[in-house]
Formats: sequence, structure tokens, C-alpha cells
Amino acid sequence: MKQLIKILLVAAVVSLIAPVSATAQCKGFAKSLCKKELGAYLHDGNYHAAVLVEGEEAELYKTFYSDLEYRMAICGADGLPPVQFSVYDATGKELYSNKEGGLNSVWDFKLEASQQLKIVVKVTTFGTRDQFPASGCVAIMFGFKTK
Amino acid sequence: MNSKLRILPLILGVSILSIGLAATSCKGKKKSEATKEKQEVVSADEQTMEQIKTAEKVFNALPTPLEVAQLIKEAGAKFDASLLNPVDNKSNYTTSKSMALNLGVYVCDLSFASMYDETSLLVNYMEAAEDMATGLGILDAIDENTIERLEQNINNRDVIMEIVSETFLNSQAYLEDDEQHAVAATIITGGFIEGLYISTNMVDMKNFRGNKLVGTIADQKMSVDDLIRLLETYTDNSAIQELIGQIRELKTEYDKVPRSSAPSSSSYNQKTNMTEITGAARSEIKQDTFLAIKAKVAEIRNNYVK
Repeated sequence: MKQLIKILLVAAVVSLIAPVSATAQCKGFAKSLCKKELGAYLHDGNYHAAVLVEGEEAELYKTFYSDLEYRMAICGADGLPPVQFSVYDATGKELYSNKEGGLNSVWDFKLEASQQLKIVVKVTTFGTRDQFPASGCVAIMFGFKTK
Repeated sequence: MNSKLRILPLILGVSILSIGLAATSCKGKKKSEATKEKQEVVSADEQTMEQIKTAEKVFNALPTPLEVAQLIKEAGAKFDASLLNPVDNKSNYTTSKSMALNLGVYVCDLSFASMYDETSLLVNYMEAAEDMATGLGILDAIDENTIERLEQNINNRDVIMEIVSETFLNSQAYLEDDEQHAVAATIITGGFIEGLYISTNMVDMKNFRGNKLVGTIADQKMSVDDLIRLLETYTDNSAIQELIGQIRELKTEYDKVPRSSAPSSSSYNQKTNMTEITGAARSEIKQDTFLAIKAKVAEIRNNYVK
């Protein structure tokens, strides 16, 4: 019950202040830090970032094309526990999870045929019961190789 | 009564209210609406956890103008400047809706010009995009520094594409942070339709069968579904309401494109350090369906590119 109260209090505070301040931080975080993770891949220009609380999930649907080589970067702000992500095809089959790579933040991939993939992002938990759950920006960015 | 228990209803109330407020203001669509009936019979803890669950975020990502331009170039299509929206038209766009749609259009045209090294067009199209962004109040997306940087690097393709990518990112990020999600979705729609317009008009009908570009256009079937899901998030916006009707008509045409299904699988290639995903469905398109899609795309575009 104590843990629930803490989660609720943090969620309440975060959700009240998030629209005015944290989203602006997300923009800076995505542009200055997460984009660097794309390395030599050209960022496609999309912006997907949100404030998540530890334990919270987000989903993203995107069609990827067979002729391109992609890099996906999923980054959590400092102070958040590691961000876990998994990628599924339209049938729900898991194609990749960053648990395989020690919760790494980037994944490089290409497809034989174009298809829509679902990316499920989850902020893990520190598992500490005595502290308020952490919250912070999570950005999802995509890049592709140009020739 | 224990003091912790006394404040619990207050905490629960504030939390539910604030989570509800945040869920309606965030970009992501609320995941589930089907909890109302349950709420009367579940405990307060379960009810509150259910509220947290509904605050989960769902994003729909469309192919961006740069991605579409790259796909078209990969398909071997030749650049045709006559397909772009002339920059002289920019003074015709005075409403928020037309400026948002044509910001997407001009960024898409800019993406094509940069991808195909059409350097003589870049500054004019960036200025047209700047005018649209300024009209929408997006102050930091494109400014004089952007134009200057573009001019200084006019022959450096990598820097040019980086600038175009930043332009799109800045516009989207500004609008999302300013809670103008519907305007951001309108820009995305303008860019997406422009990409489809250019690509459908680049197809050489004499070489329809086996044409790689035709395959890429057929694959946009999935992105049309993504676009509709994105727009359905903002149906309270009148501009989006008009657009969504047109995009649904396009979907009707795309629904005639069959997709064969095959299970996909993934494996890691150590040589390329890359996961390769094989299998999955393929889209195939007949010539009459293609022509119907091409006509519908032109019809949609002609509503705001004039």
C-alpha cells in the first residue's frame, strides 16, 4: 500500500507538471542526446518522446521498408532505470528484444519485405520500495543509411 | 482513523484526476477505453492501477519525407522538378490548415531536391518552408541561420540532408511540446501525400510489371492505415475531420491491394552487425488499382496545393 501511495503521488505530480516543463526537456533530450545514438544513420526527422514513470510502457507502430537499413535508438533520460524494448511483427511474434544485448539502446536491422512492426518500450524499475518511482524522458528515434 | 488512511482518498482523487488530465494532453492515444463498467465493482487499488494503465502511450509513426525520398531514389526513379509544388504558390496559403499541409509539402519537396542533389532548388524551397513555419508560429524550426547554413553547405549533401531532417524534427517537436498535436499531424499528412503524389507520378507505366517503385507505392498501404490511426486521435479538430474523410477514400483504394502473408523470422548477421528480418507479407498491385490510387492522391493534393 505504501508503494502504491508513492506511485500515485509521483504520477500525480509528474502528470501535472509534465505538460508544461518535462515535454520541453524531452525535445532537448531527443535532439541533443538521443539523436547522437543514430551515429552515421540519417535521422528520418520524426519526433517521438514522452515522459514515462518507471514501470510504464509505451507502444509505437511503424512501417519499415525493405530497401533501407535502419537504426532504432531508444533512450531514457538520466535518473531513469534502463529502458527495455521489444519488437514484434504483425502476428505478434517477437523479432528482437534488447534484453538479448544487455538492454542496449540501439538496434540495427533490415527487412527482406516491408512490414509494420510494433515496438514496445518499457521503463524497468529500480525495485527500491523506499523511494518515489523515477520519471523522465524516453525518446524513440529512427535513422536510415543513405547511399 | 489512521492519518495515512485519511489522506488516501485525497491522494487517489488527485492522482486519478491528474493522470486523466495528462492522458488527454499527451500525444499518445489512450490505450484502452473499456474499463468504465468494471470500475464500480473493483477495489480502489485496482481502479487506480487501471487508470495508470490507461495512461500508457501509443505512437503511430509515418514515413517521413526524407525516408520516402530515399525509397524513391533507391527504386531508381528519375527526378522531375515539375512535380514539386512551385514556391510561387506560397503566398496563396493563408489559413493554418493550408500552411500546415504545405509546410509538409515543401519539406517533402526539399527532401527530394536534397536527395537528388538539386542544389539550385534548395534555398527557395527552404524559404518557402520557413514562410509556412513562421505563419504557423513555429519560430525556432527554420530561421535565417538555417538558410545561411544551407547556403554555406549547398554542395555538401550530408549536411543538407541533416538540415532537412532537423527542420522536420524541429517543427514536430515544437508543435508537440506546444500541445498542437493536430497541427503536427496535418504537417505529417501534407508530407506523406506529397511523397505519394511524386512517387505515383514517377512511375513509367510502360514498365509497370516488376517496377520497384510500384512495389514501394503498394507498401504504403500499411502507412495509410498508420495515418488514419494517427488522424483518428484528433477528430475533434475540424481540419483533421476534413482530411480524414479524404484519407479514408484513399484507404478504400488501397484496400484493393492484396497482401500475401508469410511468417517472419529474424537472425543476426555477424558480418554486417545487423539483424535481418526475413519473410512477412508482400503487397501486390494491379494496374487499374494503381491508377485509382494515383488519381485519388492527386485529388487530395489538389485540394490544398493551388
